[in-house]
Amino acid sequence: MHNFKAVFDLYDWDTLEKEIYDCSAQEVQGVLFKDKITLDDFKVLISPAAKPFIEQMAQRSHALTKKRFGNTIQMYIPMYLSNECANICTYCGFSMTNKIKRKTLSDKEILQEVAHIKSLGYNHILLVTGEANRTVGVSYLKNAIRLIREHFSNISIEVQPLDQEEYEILIKEGLYAVLVYQETYHKATYKTHHPKGKKSNFDYRLETPDRLGKAGIHKIGLGALFGLEDWRVDSFYTALHLKYLQKTYWKTKYSISFPRLRPHQGEVEPKVEMTDADLVQLICAYRLLDEDLELSMSTRESEIFRNNCINLGITSISAESKTNPGGYAVAPESLEQFEISDERNTEAIKQMIQSQGYQVIWKDWERNYSE
Amino acid sequence: MTDVLKIADKTFNSRLFTGTGKFKSSEQMREAISASKSELVTVALKRVDLNNDADDMLVHLKENHINLLPNTSGVRTAKEAIFAAELAGEALETHWVKLEIHPDPRYLLPDPIETLKAAEALVKLGFVVMPYIHADPVLCKRLEDVGVQCVMPLGAPIGSNKGLKTVDFLEIIIEQSNVPVIVDAGIGAPSHAAYAMELGADAVLVNTAIAVSQHPVAMGIAFKMAVESGRMAFNAKLAPVKQRAEASSPLTSFLDA
Repeated sequence: MHNFKAVFDLYDWDTLEKEIYDCSAQEVQGVLFKDKITLDDFKVLISPAAKPFIEQMAQRSHALTKKRFGNTIQMYIPMYLSNECANICTYCGFSMTNKIKRKTLSDKEILQEVAHIKSLGYNHILLVTGEANRTVGVSYLKNAIRLIREHFSNISIEVQPLDQEEYEILIKEGLYAVLVYQETYHKATYKTHHPKGKKSNFDYRLETPDRLGKAGIHKIGLGALFGLEDWRVDSFYTALHLKYLQKTYWKTKYSISFPRLRPHQGEVEPKVEMTDADLVQLICAYRLLDEDLELSMSTRESEIFRNNCINLGITSISAESKTNPGGYAVAPESLEQFEISDERNTEAIKQMIQSQGYQVIWKDWERNYSE
Repeated sequence: MTDVLKIADKTFNSRLFTGTGKFKSSEQMREAISASKSELVTVALKRVDLNNDADDMLVHLKENHINLLPNTSGVRTAKEAIFAAELAGEALETHWVKLEIHPDPRYLLPDPIETLKAAEALVKLGFVVMPYIHADPVLCKRLEDVGVQCVMPLGAPIGSNKGLKTVDFLEIIIEQSNVPVIVDAGIGAPSHAAYAMELGADAVLVNTAIAVSQHPVAMGIAFKMAVESGRMAFNAKLAPVKQRAEASSPLTSFLDA
């Protein structure tokens, strides 16, 4: 199969949901005895039946992560380039119909932001935009990467899905990774949250990682936005997507992020709540499924959660993030996409990581490898 | 009798090579490597900031007896590896390179085809090439033919600590090789390292098992001792392993009658 859509169509949401909720404690125990965890086992590990085994899962996740990643945590920082958006997403502060001041950074402003970010010590950067092809299309992104590439060894983007040829152009400029979250794998729910704009095309988004794989990208970041639908079923689909991609585009690395809905300038309350314990269970389940997987944690989560999650399997985290374009140096007072939860500065996060016996990694890529 | 290891133009008193990843801090890395007495230490080019003289990792490796061995971890093709070797060579002032080409980012298994291509080109450019490869005896001979100064077959998947899973092939490689054989990857315990040395490996490279242990300094010493012990046993010639008990009722005694 050359496309995830074909795999996706073999599964049915309601059937999966039932399977996950029907798992028994006995099945969980069986899975925890195994060395190699399959996708079916993953289903068991994210089920409600696995909740009482969370400490056991956490211990194993901790040990596996240490073996593979050692005593290290990778640091990265997001830089918002634009809040222009041609979509309506019911849960997002940048949604087209929200009356906020729109801003797209100029070359000069980008470099101003970069200077600030560099002064904090970062070497891995994530460029973020809204989804507005006309303002922040491939030519804008290409220019942005060119502008900043001498300052960073590792550049990722989280922007609107692009075509394969467009990704190829950006990869040539030095792009290392693309993060593209499906938000939810529930087709009907997806439609209600993305009623207008290019993003309303569920299939085009679903096939984005395939286009990235074909373009030869180094890393693809996957995830679902927790709160739109049942996190367990969405996570199963994410893992299914991951396993398909790993087999198909075997030279590409993958990472998983765990965004939970945060308060913003919009209206949607989470439909399905995901508790801290749920999130821990999920992080550990991913680690047990795949000991090589990068697991990433943003500043959406609270101080206490982030302090503890680096021992649970998380391998990269951000700090001091601003989710508004120009938020670091150009226009620190402008409106953010969402409110971050952990507001500690980079130095404080570095101290927190080191005090738990981990080395902070600033650089783990050579930018020349991306050219 | 002195028992030094010679690779290209360098001699080594220690047959334990080490890595620099996964430690809690650069300081702990320095202490553990120092305790292990390792003289050849590999550094991933992607992890060091070549533009920064005060790069934390490099600063902690500035000791006279330590030779830095840049590695090309992260590259996916021969072309990228050659570029990386040249970049590292210039920045770290060395013509030695640990050639690692693993396009598979999960198990980090080496690509034999790209490795052979890159090795040939790098040797021509004057590099001392130390290729990380599968325990593939034929590939080892092909690499020898293009002029590499040693081979580095894996014992088990990197970082797995599983020991010498490839032992049958390692034995063939050791038997056939005209260049030093360094067992790289998979060595998870001093006993694995000693075993490799007893088999006749010329050296071993260890990283995860030291870096991730609860006491990296003590583990560095443990590996040092194991490598020395295994080497000493190899030189002293191990007594043969008896496969079967001696038969109590001989079948050929009638010939003596």
